[in-house]
This record gives sequence, C-alpha cells and structure tokens, in this order.
Amino acid sequence: MREQLAKIREEALKAIRETAAANNLDAVRVKYLGKKGELTAVLKQMGKLPAEERPVIGQIANEVRAALTEAVAEQSKRLTEAALEAKLAAEEVDVTIPGKRMALGHKHPITKVIDEITDIFVGMGFNVAEGPEVELAAYNFTKLNTEEGHPGREWTDTFYITPGKDDPKNDAVLLRSQTSPMQIRTMETRKPPIRIIAPGRVYRKDEADATHSPMFHQIEGMVVDKGITMADLKGTLNEVVKSLYGEDAKTRFRPHHFPFTEPSCEVDVQCFECHGKGCSVCKGEGWIEVLGAGMIHPKVLEGCNIDTDVYSGWAFGMGVERLAMMRYGINNLKLCFENDVRFLEQF
Amino acid sequence: MILSRKWLNEFVDGVSVSDISDKAFSDAMTLSGSKVETVEDQGAEFKNVVVGRILSMEKHPNSDHMWIVQVDVGEEEPVQICTGAWNVHVGDLVPVARHNSLLPGGHKITKGKLRGVVSMGMLCGLSELGLEVRDFPYGEIKAAAILGDYHVLPGEKPSIPEDVQPGLRIYGKVYTAKVLSCETVAYSTYKLTVDWGKGEKELTTNCANIHEGDMICVDTKSGEVLTLAGLHAQQKEFPNCIEDGIFILNEEGAKPGDAIPAVLGLDDHVVEFEITPNRPDCLGVIGLAREAAVTFGKELKLHTPQVEGCGDSILDYADVDILDGDLCPRYCGRLVRNVKIGPSPKWMRERLRASGVRPINNIVDITNYVMLEYGQPMHSFDFSCVEGQHINVRRAYPGEKMTTLDGKPHELNENMLVIADEVKPVCIAGVMGGENSEITDSTTTVFFESANFNGVSVRKTAMALGTRTESSARYEKGLDPMNTMPAVQRACELVEMLGCGDVVDGIIDVVAQDFTPTLVKLEPKKINGLLGTEFTREEMLPILKQLGFLLIEDDMLVVPSWRGDVEHYSDIAEEIARFTGYDNLPITLMKGETTRGGLTRKQAAEKLLGTVARSQGFNEIMSYSFISPSYYNKIRLPEDSPLRNSIRILNPLGEDTSIMRTTALPSMLETLARNYSHHNLTAKLYELARVYFPTDREDGLAREEQVISMGAYSPMLDFFRFKGFVESVFEAFGITGVACTAEKKDPTWHPGRTAVLSINGKRIGIMGQIHPRVTKNYNMDVPVFCAQIDFAAVLEAQPEIIVYQPLPKFPAVERDIAVVCDKTLPVAALEDCIRRGGKGLVREIKLFDVYTGKPIPEDKKSVAFALKLRHDERTLTDAEADEDVKSVLALLESELGAVLR
Repeated sequence: MREQLAKIREEALKAIRETAAANNLDAVRVKYLGKKGELTAVLKQMGKLPAEERPVIGQIANEVRAALTEAVAEQSKRLTEAALEAKLAAEEVDVTIPGKRMALGHKHPITKVIDEITDIFVGMGFNVAEGPEVELAAYNFTKLNTEEGHPGREWTDTFYITPGKDDPKNDAVLLRSQTSPMQIRTMETRKPPIRIIAPGRVYRKDEADATHSPMFHQIEGMVVDKGITMADLKGTLNEVVKSLYGEDAKTRFRPHHFPFTEPSCEVDVQCFECHGKGCSVCKGEGWIEVLGAGMIHPKVLEGCNIDTDVYSGWAFGMGVERLAMMRYGINNLKLCFENDVRFLEQF
Repeated sequence: MILSRKWLNEFVDGVSVSDISDKAFSDAMTLSGSKVETVEDQGAEFKNVVVGRILSMEKHPNSDHMWIVQVDVGEEEPVQICTGAWNVHVGDLVPVARHNSLLPGGHKITKGKLRGVVSMGMLCGLSELGLEVRDFPYGEIKAAAILGDYHVLPGEKPSIPEDVQPGLRIYGKVYTAKVLSCETVAYSTYKLTVDWGKGEKELTTNCANIHEGDMICVDTKSGEVLTLAGLHAQQKEFPNCIEDGIFILNEEGAKPGDAIPAVLGLDDHVVEFEITPNRPDCLGVIGLAREAAVTFGKELKLHTPQVEGCGDSILDYADVDILDGDLCPRYCGRLVRNVKIGPSPKWMRERLRASGVRPINNIVDITNYVMLEYGQPMHSFDFSCVEGQHINVRRAYPGEKMTTLDGKPHELNENMLVIADEVKPVCIAGVMGGENSEITDSTTTVFFESANFNGVSVRKTAMALGTRTESSARYEKGLDPMNTMPAVQRACELVEMLGCGDVVDGIIDVVAQDFTPTLVKLEPKKINGLLGTEFTREEMLPILKQLGFLLIEDDMLVVPSWRGDVEHYSDIAEEIARFTGYDNLPITLMKGETTRGGLTRKQAAEKLLGTVARSQGFNEIMSYSFISPSYYNKIRLPEDSPLRNSIRILNPLGEDTSIMRTTALPSMLETLARNYSHHNLTAKLYELARVYFPTDREDGLAREEQVISMGAYSPMLDFFRFKGFVESVFEAFGITGVACTAEKKDPTWHPGRTAVLSINGKRIGIMGQIHPRVTKNYNMDVPVFCAQIDFAAVLEAQPEIIVYQPLPKFPAVERDIAVVCDKTLPVAALEDCIRRGGKGLVREIKLFDVYTGKPIPEDKKSVAFALKLRHDERTLTDAEADEDVKSVLALLESELGAVLR
C-alpha cells in the first residue's frame, strides 16, 4: 500500500505539472483526489490493513493528499497566469493605426478672425453691436460726413435697393458698403460712454476675383467718452495689434483720409515675415496696412446730438478678409466663398 | 502721382537725392501723409553703357550687311564692335553697351563673336535704351534706298539689273548714282559727291544709311536722294534699308566714356505717391513740394510766371461765355499766334518722361508740363478750327456728337459740359479735347484753356463716356479755382521761353462763382483735446504758415485756396499731427468710466450654435446674401410662395446676385453641389445665415432674420442620423419638446422623409431629405439632407435658467412592451399615448424596435418600447408597476387600436 501511495503521488504530481489547461487540471484532480479518485480508492482499502499500520499509512495518505492539493493549486495559478498572458498577447493591437474618429467640423477662417478680434475687444470692455445690412443712405453716407457726389455713392460702387423718394441722398435704401453706419446707429440709441465693435457683412460693386468680392466683412470699432484723444486711439490699437501679432509687433500710424474721422490715419504693422526689410509679403514696403482709424469727426458726433465740448471719440474699421488672407496665407479670396470642404477643414 | 525728384529740386533746396536717400525721403513723406507707393532709380537700369565715338568702319568680311567699327569709349584703346546698323558714320557719337553691361528690361550684354569677328559689346538704338522717337525726336532715322540691298521678291522679275551702273534712268529725272564720297557736315546731315553717269554731282541729304561706294537713286532735278517711298518699293525688297538703327547722339557736351543715363537724362529718381482724394493739390509738383518743404523743414521756392506778350488783344479774336456756371466756376484762356510746332526741349521731355507722360510736341507738352507742375489740367486747341469768335461753356445738347482726340466718337447729353464754338463742341470739359480742333504740325494759332470745372460733373461725364484721363482724374476731386490763372500764365511763359509762338496780350478770365476763402478759428485747446497733446499756439503757427495758412485777427486762420479739405478745427488738428508726426503723439490707455463688455445672450447663442455644429462634424460656410431669382425655381418653391417676394437690387453685378435671399436653402444646396462636383465624398455644412424680407416700413428697410442652415450628404448618412444632428443642436440649447410632424406636400422636400419642427405648436423649422427632383437640379444623385431652423425661435425656446433636478433615491422598475398597430401610425403618437396613459409612474420611454413582416399582418407593425417606472418617495412594487403598464396598454388600445403583441 505504501508503494501504491508512493506511485500515486509520483504519477499524480507528474500529471498535475503536465496539464496545460484549466479543465484538464480539474480532470486530473478528480482522477486522483475525487470521491471516486485513485487516492480515495486506495484509502478505502485501509480497512484491510492491520490496525498498527493504519495510522502510519493514514499519515502517508494525508501527506500525499496535501501534496497533491497544493500541486493542483500551484498549477492552477500558473495556468491562470499563462492564460492571461496568452489572452493579452492575443489582444495586442497595432497602436500606430489611426483612431476611429468622429470628424470635427471647422470654423470658417473669416469667423475665426472675427472671433479672435471680438474676444480681444470684449476683454477690453467693449460690446458687440449689430445692425441692418439693408441700410439707408443717410446712415451709410450722409451722417458719416460723406456728401453728395462722393464716388462711394455712385451706382457703380454701391448696390441700391431703392433710389430714394423725396430726399435721395438720405432716404435711398442700399446694401451698406461699410460697417461705419453702426457708429451712427449706436450713438443715436446709446449715451456715452460707448465702447463697441461691430463686425458684419458689407457690400461693394466689385466683381469677384483673387482679391475682391462683392460681399465681404468689416469690423468697426468705436469709443465715445469724455476726454478721448488720438493718444488713446494709439494706445488701444497698439494693444490690439500686439494681441493679434505678438508682443514684439511694431505699428506705424500714418496720416490718411476718411470723411468721418479727422484726424485720420492708417495703421501699418511691421511685416512679420521680413521685420521691415521688405519682402514679397509686404510688397517690399516693410509694412502691412491693417486698418484705418481716426478721431470721430466732430461734425459726425454733433449730428448724433453728442456735445463735442464734453465728448470726443475714436473709431476704426478693418477688412476681415484681408486679415484672414494674410494670417493664413490664402492667396485667392474666392476660396473663402466657394466653401470647398478641403479648404474649410484646414482651419 | 509720379514725382521726379529732379523736378522737385526746382522748388525746394536740400531735398535732392544726394541730401536725402530715396528710403529716407519715402519714409518721411509717407509719415507726413503723402504715402509713397514705389521709388525708382531710373539710372539703375543701366550699367556700363557709355558714349562712344566711331573712329573707323570697315565692311564685315563674312557678311554683306554688317560693319566692324572701332569705337573710342574714353579709354586709351578703342574697342571693336560689330553692328548691323547702316546709319553709323565715322565721327558719330553713339551709345555703347560694353562687355558686361546692363540695359533696361534686365538685358545683359557681353562680348561675343559675330561671324568670326570679335565684338566687345553693342551699339544701341533708342529701343534698347527703353526709349522711343518721341523721347528724342531728333533720333528719327531717314533711310535711302541702297541698290546694293535690293532683293528680288520671289516670283517677280527684277526691276533693277544686278550689275546696275550709274546713269540708269529709273523714271523722270531719277537716275542711279554711285556715292563717291560721304561727309557728315552737321548732325544727321551728309554731303555726298555722286557719279550719276553723266558727270559728278554734289548734294546734301538727311538719309543716314549712305556710305562711300553705295549705289543710290537721285532725283537730278531736285537733288534729292530717293527713299523706298520715292521708289515705290516695298521694305521686303530692301531688307536693310530701314528707318531704324543706332541712336546717333546729339547732346551738348557729351564725350566718349560719359555714362549714358546722365547724358540722356535717364538718371532721375521717381517717386510714385498714393494721393488721398481730399488732396488734389498734391497731384502737382508744387503741391508735393509744399508738403516736402514742411516735412523736411525747408523753404518752398515758388515762381510767378511772367509773360511778355506780343501786343495785339485777345478780345479781337475771341470771347468766352459761361452759360452753365454751376458746372464751370471759372474759365481762363490765352491765345498764341505764329505757333511753330516742333519737339519740346530736352529738359521738358526729360521731366515729362520721368513723370510718366509721353512727349508729343511743344504745345501739347507745355499743357502736360503745366498740369504736372501746377496740378491744373490744361487744354490747347487749334484756334483756326474754331468757327466764329465766340466760345461757349455750356451743357451739351441731347444727342450732340463729338469725336475725342483718341478717335472715339461720342454721343453727348445735357448732363455733360462742353466747350463749344458757335457751331459745334470742340472739347468735353475736363475730360478730353475734340479731334476737330487737335493741335497738328500745321497749327499756327493756339488757344490755351485753363478752367475750373465741377468735379462731380467731370467724373460722371468721364464715367459715362468711358474716358477717364489724367485731366478728369484731377478735376473729379475738386480743384482750386485760384489755380487757373497762374497755370495759363505759366503755359504762356513756357511758349515764350521755348520760342514756339507769340502770346497775344490780354487774358480771358470769366468767373461764374464767387470765391470766399474759408476761415477757421485756431483753437489750441480743442486741437490738443483731440490729439492728447499740449502744443502751444506758438508751436502750431509755424507749421500752418508754412502750409500757406494766414493768421488774421489774432486767432482766425485763412485757409489757402488749394486746401478745400480744411474747414474745421479737427482739420487743423490733423495738420499739426501730420507735421509733428503721428508717431510722436503720446500713447495712452483710455481713462473714463469703465464699461462692462461682453456678449449679449444672442451673441453667446451664436457661438454655442457653432460649437455644437462643429462638434458633430459640420463645417462652417460663408455664402453670399444675394442669389439669383432662378434659385427659387431650382428648389421648386411654389409660384405663390411668399418667399418669392424678395428685395431686389437695382444695380446688381449680374442676374446671379440680383436679389436678397429669403431662404438660405439655395445657398446651402449650391455649396453642397459645388463640393459634390469637386468629388468630395462627404460634406457636412452649417451656416448661421441672414435672410432678408421686404417690409412695409416707412423707411423701406428690410426685416433681417437669422436661420440655422445645415446641410449634408455622405454615404454614411440617413434620415435618422441627420435628425440626430438636429436634435443635438436642440439639446445643446437645453430645448426639449420639439415636435416633428411629417411634411408630405412641400415640393422642395422628400414627401416621406421630411419633418416640420415645432415648439408648442409654433413652426420653427423644417428638416429632412431634399426632394430628388431638387437634387437633380443641382446635378447631384445622392440623398441630400438639410435643416432650416429659425434662430430667433431657438433663442426664445432656450431656457434662461437651468434648475437642477434631484437624482432619484429609489430604484426604477423596467418594463418592455411591444404593441401591434397600423403601419402608418407615427411612433410619436404612441409615445404621446404612453406618456398620458400611465398613472404618473412612467418616467422614461425609449423606442427600441420597429418591426414589420411575418407574423405581423401586412398593414401592421410591431413597435417596442422600454419603459422606466419610478416613484420619488418609495420603492415601487411589481404590482404597482404592472398597474401603470396595464393602464398604458388600455389607452393604447382604446385610442390608437394598438394591442399588446
């Protein structure tokens, strides 16, 4: 019997160690340790042994059982680990394969620029003003000190909806050719202090080509308050240019002419490509014009019943498309209105 | 405006190229308000091009038309050059482009071999120098017919025998003759001795291509050498006898080795300015000189024209009446007799050329010169063409006709001003003169006009006639009426200076409008208030005085007549700022009350819309607000649709952009179609689009509204996926309770896949698949999905505040039900029924299956929902839940005939 037990122990341990799968291990366990297993079968014969041998054999049998049980547990653990290893190995993926994306949409470059500039001004305490695109000549021209006979009023330059009735220079209806009417509309409905910007669509009678479009966007800006000066205009616009082009951006204020500002200026930014040396981006000038501005003409303020002895103001206007084209290196304006997704998805 | 810096030197000292570099000059002028566009050093186009003297010439041994010449270029050794030109003679001064030289247009010249003979460069004609005969009229070349160059035209018999001998009679007194000697006696004048078969003869000619040994044709009676024209020959017969060749110089003081740009006056530096429309005074050298003088702190040197006159009186010849004084405030004129038309002097041509104006003849050049100098356009016309003495400045008669100097016929109307004699118009005021009174070589009496015309009228006339000129471009900005007199005086002074005519005494000066100078009060405090500066009156005055302002009565400024743009203290402020430097103004940050910036609720909502649309893969587009009326047909908008009532542009660019859109759908479909035609597989697009409706408002303005426009096509897309995108937009805005109703009749949309969207019974938009007939109109054959939602309605439905709902404390009971109902019954009706049918425990209804097919009868469908039931205060029992479900099922059956499957 001793021999039998030793044999079972040896065979069983070997069988346990050699099992490669969890269910096989269980079969082995049942085969040796189960109720009908070999070890049990041997123990059932214990009764036939002489009494003095029983405790000895019993002890040996228990040792065998313990050894086998431990071996099964060990093998089971080993197999579980191996199985996990195998599973993980099988689950391996090529992490360089691109992810499965839900494609994101993109903001139009024009909106991008408008939002960027709006954010800068809102941060400086400005509100965003909005107004009609179908506008009266009075707001687009007359109240902006743009007299009759000004070329901008020509039918070759501005789109008209009605020619006007009793007083065509004022009551003609047109598509606004600039965002500047928002200056008047704001001053007529709000009291100073006023700080607004007004982005929006404007219309001019230009055939669409690489640099022109009959519809484009401008951003108007205006401040009216006590003691506002040209120095304030410079201060504010310098900050804006720095926000747009970086802290090192240099500006140049150059005299210019607009009917509704006096003094007027154009603001140039030193070419970010060549830093003023002259290159193809700035057409050799070293500077790039970004906006027109000036002190709101006192006549314009007075026309809106603002007391120029107390109040003064500045205003600016900038073309969004030009800025966007420069910013993103877009070489043909038509792309902005063709809306090809291959274009849109770049922004 | 193009400014010659040499010309500028005449009016301001210390601003020449040697004093101030082009860069410094441009920068300073730009910063004082005269924006420089370009600067060009004209001489920089030349390198190593010098004057040379022809020392000797010999025929090229390997060519029948080339010469080898030795040229003195001011160095010890002459250089050898081969040339094909025949108009060169020993002793001539010529432009020589030496080895390694540069000519205008970037042409590089290097040494080379021409048919085996070394040539150390090239002799230049006018065109190689970037010039034409008008620039140097004396450079015109007359060519004799050299019989040695005669080539028989193919298929024709020779008209001159090959071995032609002197004395052959060609016709009349014209005989062939051999040149025995040729001597240059003056510039382009040659003394010839010829053998004409019957003896020797001496004659003088201007034909420059004759050399000793040549056989020519001579009219023995007149002593003339015949040209091709004289022989009635074609150029092809005499290929080398051309009226072109080397430019033989006739410049005083020029000597071998001198640089050509300096000799020919091509070494000017020219500056092109962008002049703003308020400063027409700067469209003249004097105006710019004034700006330059103040910019650089120099003195402006002005000159008052002096005219001697030749006696006589203009009143005996002409008088002028202004019949339409509103269009012609002032008209000045003078008369010149005994005019000798010819080229103008070199200095004048040089300045004209530098200023971008082509020299024509002395009289025309004078008018152009004065226009450039004074900024006052002038016109000259042949007075012999004027019928009667009487000149009228009047509106044209309707239908009156006139042909302008450029040969274009025009039909005029009563909005156009003309200068007319007693019979016909001779000039369209301020635009262009008439061909009928053009200055020609035979003109002997010239009338100079220097007038002031209404700018708007000139602009409109020029535009209507499609003839914009240097003159009209100046007039249209509104010119100084005080400038007409000095200008006409200057023109007459130049006539006398050039000796090209006798100026008749007396000046016609008709004034139709009074001119009162503008007065502006000098208010330093207000000026400083605008600029943010602290300039004193004493600092301001010198600038203003230099600019021509006069101070009277202590603080009153008289604005100079040429500054029509100044009328207000703010204008004075700009003058001060310009010349103290915008860059020198202080930089401050705004003081005053702080304002609360930020976006309105609507503006924030616009941003939110963009964010949610993009998060679902929609790209933003920008489409034109104007569309073509035919677009309404393209989307099959019913004929009686109110949307067809659009605002129409009176002067559109074209039919395609002629009305303001009342719907953003066509713009979206156009854009989708464009992407489709570009083979883009997928396009998902959105736009917050403005639409425009006519109103009956008193002021005629439009009702402008915003529409959320979404559109997409994609192989991955179906109705429900697209509907999901639309639902997400509502979710982002926190809007619940958007009802969908099937829309089967709208011809734009698919009858079975379109939903009208509404909130509380109010329609807010539509979404679904576009009708295939419409997509076909856009040449698309894939399903296209769109949504059009009123943005204002979305904004209105957006809850202003969000109130938190506590999370459920007790578990929910879940029950699935499947009912069989009519196939056509909308799921929304079932859902609504379920919501109402329970006894208050149904919290969530989720559709999870719609099934048709066996064993369900053909006209029926099975619809399955997962219900969640819950009580807020306690855990539900199954019995309670079942009770609710039972009640739901009862209502489904009684109301909709839907029975539990």
